[in-house]
Amino acid sequence: MSGNFLPPVQLTASGRPVLQRNEIECFYLSSVDLISEDEPTNIPFPNLKSGLLILTSHRLLWISDSSSSESTGAFAVPLAAISHIFSHKKSIKSMFASPRIRFQLSLTPDGRVSGHGLRSVVATIVLRGKGDCDAFLAKFWENWRARAWEDDGPAPGSSSNSGSAPASSGIYSSDGTVRMVGVAGILRKEQEMWESTDKSLQDAFQDLNALMSKAKEMVMLAEKMRQKLLSGSTSQTNASNDEEMGTKEEMQDWLLSVGIISPVTKESAGAMYHQQLSRQLADFVKVPLERAGGMVNLIDIYCLFNRARGTELISPDDLLQACSLWEKFDVPVVLRKFDSGVMVIQNKSHSDEEVFTKIKVLVMKPDTLRAGISASDAARTLGVAPAMAKEHLLSAESKGLLCRDISPDGFRFYINLFTEIDRDDLHLVKDHGIYATWVRANHAPQ
Amino acid sequence: MQKLGEFKLPHFFNYPPYFTLQPVRDTREKQVQLWKDLILDYCRTQKVFVIGLEEEFPLFSNPVIGRSLTHEAREAFLSALVADGRAEWMDKGHRKCLILWHRIQEWAEILVQFARDNGLEDGVVTMEEIRFGTESQGTELQGIDRTILNRALKILEQKGKLVVFKGTSTDDEGVKFSL
Repeated sequence: MSGNFLPPVQLTASGRPVLQRNEIECFYLSSVDLISEDEPTNIPFPNLKSGLLILTSHRLLWISDSSSSESTGAFAVPLAAISHIFSHKKSIKSMFASPRIRFQLSLTPDGRVSGHGLRSVVATIVLRGKGDCDAFLAKFWENWRARAWEDDGPAPGSSSNSGSAPASSGIYSSDGTVRMVGVAGILRKEQEMWESTDKSLQDAFQDLNALMSKAKEMVMLAEKMRQKLLSGSTSQTNASNDEEMGTKEEMQDWLLSVGIISPVTKESAGAMYHQQLSRQLADFVKVPLERAGGMVNLIDIYCLFNRARGTELISPDDLLQACSLWEKFDVPVVLRKFDSGVMVIQNKSHSDEEVFTKIKVLVMKPDTLRAGISASDAARTLGVAPAMAKEHLLSAESKGLLCRDISPDGFRFYINLFTEIDRDDLHLVKDHGIYATWVRANHAPQ
Repeated sequence: MQKLGEFKLPHFFNYPPYFTLQPVRDTREKQVQLWKDLILDYCRTQKVFVIGLEEEFPLFSNPVIGRSLTHEAREAFLSALVADGRAEWMDKGHRKCLILWHRIQEWAEILVQFARDNGLEDGVVTMEEIRFGTESQGTELQGIDRTILNRALKILEQKGKLVVFKGTSTDDEGVKFSL
C-alpha cells in the first residue's frame, strides 16, 4: 500500500501480533476500519478496511482479516504519537451510523508517526461490527493516559528490539559484574538476586491483588534469570559436566514455564476470546511440542499453558474449544483424537510413519524380539511420555505391525509374526524374514 | 525344538502373543488359523477326541514362557473349529468340545474300508472290537471316541449298509454289516 506511514506489525505463525516488551493487550474489536475522514488532507492516510483492532497498553494494532483482499497486513499506531482523543459525540445521526472514534496523530514533516511531530492528522476508527464502543473508548483513554510505554525507557533491548520478542541472547550477559564460574557461580548469583528481590516477593504475597500487580515483575525476573542461565551454559559448556548441565536445564525448564506476559482473557477479547486464545495457544505449544518430539498430551498442555498464564487461568473447556478452532486457521499444529479417546496436540508435519519406523527398529532388536517392549520402554527410547508411547504402540498394533502379550508380567508388544508363519507347514521357518530372525534370537541364549 | 511327549511343537509356540487373543482383526484371523491347525494336528497325532475347557490341556499352556490361554481365548479358538465343522460342542455351556479331525462322513468311510479290509462285508462285529480289537490295531479306528463311532454308524445305518443291535451284555452293542 503506497504512502502508508504506519509502522507494520510482525505476526506470529498463527496470526497473532508480536508484542513489544511488557506490552499487554486490553481490548479487541472486530470488523473495524481505520481511515482518515479529513477531506482536504495532504497526508496519504492508509485506507485500512475491515480488520481486527487490538488495543494494547502501548499501541493500537490493526490486523487485516485474511478473507478480505482489499487491504492486507498489520499496522500499528503507537499511543505515544496520539496527541488527542476526541470524545464520542452522541447525536441522532450517530445512532444510525456505525460508531466512530476519532483521534489526532502527530507526524514528523517527512510523514512518519512520532510523539514530537509538527504536523497532525485526524484518524477515525469505524466500528462496523458489534462491539462496545464506549467501553473501548474508556479503555483507550485509560491506556493513553497511563503512558505505559514510558516505563520501558531504560529497559534493555526495548529501543533496538521494538516489535520483536525479547528472545535474543546476550542482552544480559554484559551486566554481570561477578564472573560466573560453573553452576556454583550461577547459583550464588541467583541467591544474591533472590535476596535483593526478597522485598518485592514479600510485597507480592501480601495479598492477591498485590500479587497480580507484581506478576509482570515476576515474569521479567524469570525471563532475566533464564537468559543468564542460557548465556552461562553456552560460555562454559566445556567446564560443566553432565550433572551440572542437568540442573541448569531443569532450572531453565522451570523458568520457561512462567511467562505469558499478555494472556488473552475473556475480559480483553470478549467475543473474539476463543479465536484469539486459539492463536495464542498455537504459538505457545511450539516449544513444548519440539521438546516432546512432535506430540503432546492435551492434559499436559493444559497444565503448561495455565502455569504460563499464571493468574488468568482458562477452563479445560476453553482449551478444547481453542484447539478445535485450529482447523479454521492456518496454524502449524492440530488436535488429534486417538481411538482410545486420548487427545493430543501434534505438529501438522508429524507423521505416524516416522514413529512406526522407529518402533519397528526398536522391536527388531534381539532383546526386544525375545522379551517385547512395554509402553515405558518405548517411552524411554522414543523420548515421549508413557501414555503417549502407549498410543503410538496401539496404533502400530492396529496397523498390524505389532501384536500384544498380556500376562501377569504386564502388557507388552512384540513384532507381528503371525503374518510370517506358513499355514501349510507349521514347522517351516523360511531362511530369511522376521520369523527366522525371531527364531534365532529366541534360541541363541538357551 | 520343544516337544509335548511325541508331539513336535512349532517354533511359534514360544511366541508370547500367540497366547493372547489379538484384538486387531487381520492379526487375529491369522492367530485363530494357527491355533485351529495346531489343535487339529495335535489331536490327530495324539488321538485326543474331547477337549474340556476347564481341564488341563497340554496345548493351552506353555510353562517354558509362562503363558496360558484364558478361558475366553480357549472358547474362541474352539468355536472357530466348530464354525469350520471340525469340532462340536458337547453341551450347551460349552464346557466340552468334540474334535473332528475327520468329519463324521469321513469316519463312516473309514469304517466301510475297515469292514472290507477285514472281510466283514456280511459279518458281525461288536463296538468294543472296533475300538480295541486286534483288527483295528494300528488303524485310525483304534481308540475311537464312542460318540463319534455311534454317529458314523448311524449314517451308515440310514444308508442301509449295516444294522446296529443290542448285544448280550448291556454295555456292548453289535454291528452287522451288509455291504
